[in-house]
Amino acid sequence: MKLVIAIIQPHRLDQVKEELYKEEVNLITVSEVLGHGRQKGVTEVYRGFKETGNLLRKIRLEIAVNDNFVEPTIKAITKGAQTGKTGDGKIFVLSMEQCVRIRTGEKGGTAIG
Amino acid sequence: MSKKKLLVGTLLGLWLLTGVVSAGDSTTLVQSDAAKAAVQAPPPKVDSGDTAWVLMSAALVMLMTPGLAFFYGGLVRRKNMLSILMQCFIALAVISLQWVLIGYSLSFSPGNGFIGGLKWFALKGVGLDPYPAYAATIPHQAFMIFQAMFAVITPALIIGAFAERMKFSAFLIFTVLWATFVYDPLAHMVWGVGGWLRDLGTLDFAGGTVVHINAGIAALVTAIVIGKRKGYCKNPTPPHNLPFSVIGAALLWFGWFGFNAGSALAANGLAVNAFVVTNTATAAAALSWALLDWIFNGNPTILGTISGAVAGLVAITPAAGYVGIGGAIAIGLMVSVFCFIAVGFIKHKFGYDDSLDAFGVHGVGGMWGALATGLFATKLINPAGADGLFFGNPKQFLIQLAAVAFTAVYTFIATLIIYKVVDVFVGVRVVDEEEAMGLDLTQHNERAYTMLE
Repeated sequence: MKLVIAIIQPHRLDQVKEELYKEEVNLITVSEVLGHGRQKGVTEVYRGFKETGNLLRKIRLEIAVNDNFVEPTIKAITKGAQTGKTGDGKIFVLSMEQCVRIRTGEKGGTAIG
Repeated sequence: MSKKKLLVGTLLGLWLLTGVVSAGDSTTLVQSDAAKAAVQAPPPKVDSGDTAWVLMSAALVMLMTPGLAFFYGGLVRRKNMLSILMQCFIALAVISLQWVLIGYSLSFSPGNGFIGGLKWFALKGVGLDPYPAYAATIPHQAFMIFQAMFAVITPALIIGAFAERMKFSAFLIFTVLWATFVYDPLAHMVWGVGGWLRDLGTLDFAGGTVVHINAGIAALVTAIVIGKRKGYCKNPTPPHNLPFSVIGAALLWFGWFGFNAGSALAANGLAVNAFVVTNTATAAAALSWALLDWIFNGNPTILGTISGAVAGLVAITPAAGYVGIGGAIAIGLMVSVFCFIAVGFIKHKFGYDDSLDAFGVHGVGGMWGALATGLFATKLINPAGADGLFFGNPKQFLIQLAAVAFTAVYTFIATLIIYKVVDVFVGVRVVDEEEAMGLDLTQHNERAYTMLE
């Protein structure tokens, strides 16, 4: 079992979801987050005053998958989120110790899908 | 040009004619009355249209203070939103009381050249009959309550300078003292019977000196003496909700029709002129600032556009009853240039933290408006006014300059003294930890926005 965390550009969310559905990955958690990578944030101008280093809006995806779904998930996120420009984001894959479905109490791989 | 002269001549002739005719009317009326009653002249008559307009205008000006609260509130960080709303709202409460108890009397009752007396303490003798020295056709109390709203918004304007770091108790004391010792005397000098700036011939239709230069200079003083916010210019402090600021600016524009057109104190042609030039100057200033942003910062911004609108409203305020649309457009286009320089360059060069540009917009815009009144004023618009420099009367410009200079110096010194007194007794600034947590939680124990629910 793995936990896939991806940080992507907000405007790519729809394409990423579409690609994930194609790979039959249907369970995701999405949150709005702030952050920046190499481009070091954005500059905003208020009454002529430039404010640098403002954090950028990003979307964070959390997807728990069984091992055989890891590669399809990475492929789908990459395909949906890639524009080739700085700021496309990152994918982190973490090993996951346990998964419990609260409704039934099922544990492990069967609880994920 | 000759056509214009002809038109002006004709209009003047018509106006004189109507004057003669109406004078004739009133003479007949007075004679017949005198014949009937055989007593002294009848008391001045209340005009229902004028009274309705002035009461409505008072309500419009009242709405400007909550409007200002949202204009300012949107510009601060979210942790200080409620503190701004609270400071504006409580100003509405305390100054309304201060005004009916002593403020109106100090400002408008007969006194010396600098301040009125306490003859009208708690509105004693301020009744429902007109007081012709101020407004001959509306009840005296209608004039009083209209003026009350000006007294409320003026100290509220200063909030922009010390936003996000003043202790609430200090704010309350400062506001009451400032209204009593700075606003009231200045209102008397410029508008009160016997006020020396009024007798000097200063033109201030709706409060360029009394309201805007006054509040603007006070803002500069408090911004300097209270010091910068922690991390100013290092940590970003972007406006937390610009849409609120846009609502606020729209309410200010709306309410300002009462502020300026209401200052005619009658539902007449002068009120219409003030209404038209107010809208025109504001439009010109909003557009002008948007273009300056576009040229110098790369994009037209909504914050720039609404700042321009407010600057335009400020600048046309003293001029609204004395200039035509040509003057209004010039005043509006230019005010954004001056304010743009003040907030974009001068503030950063000198390094004072006038957080929401109360001085940059109201002080600078107010000074330009007061001086521009001395340039563009014409008796063709208001025969009771005066001609400005561009209409052959350079003296008026000098009078305006003197009024601006006096106001700036008086306000600067008086505000500094009041600030220091408050600082000695209660301490003006919150401690660093409270500033970091935000004034909403530390001063009011409330939060503007919740994360859950």
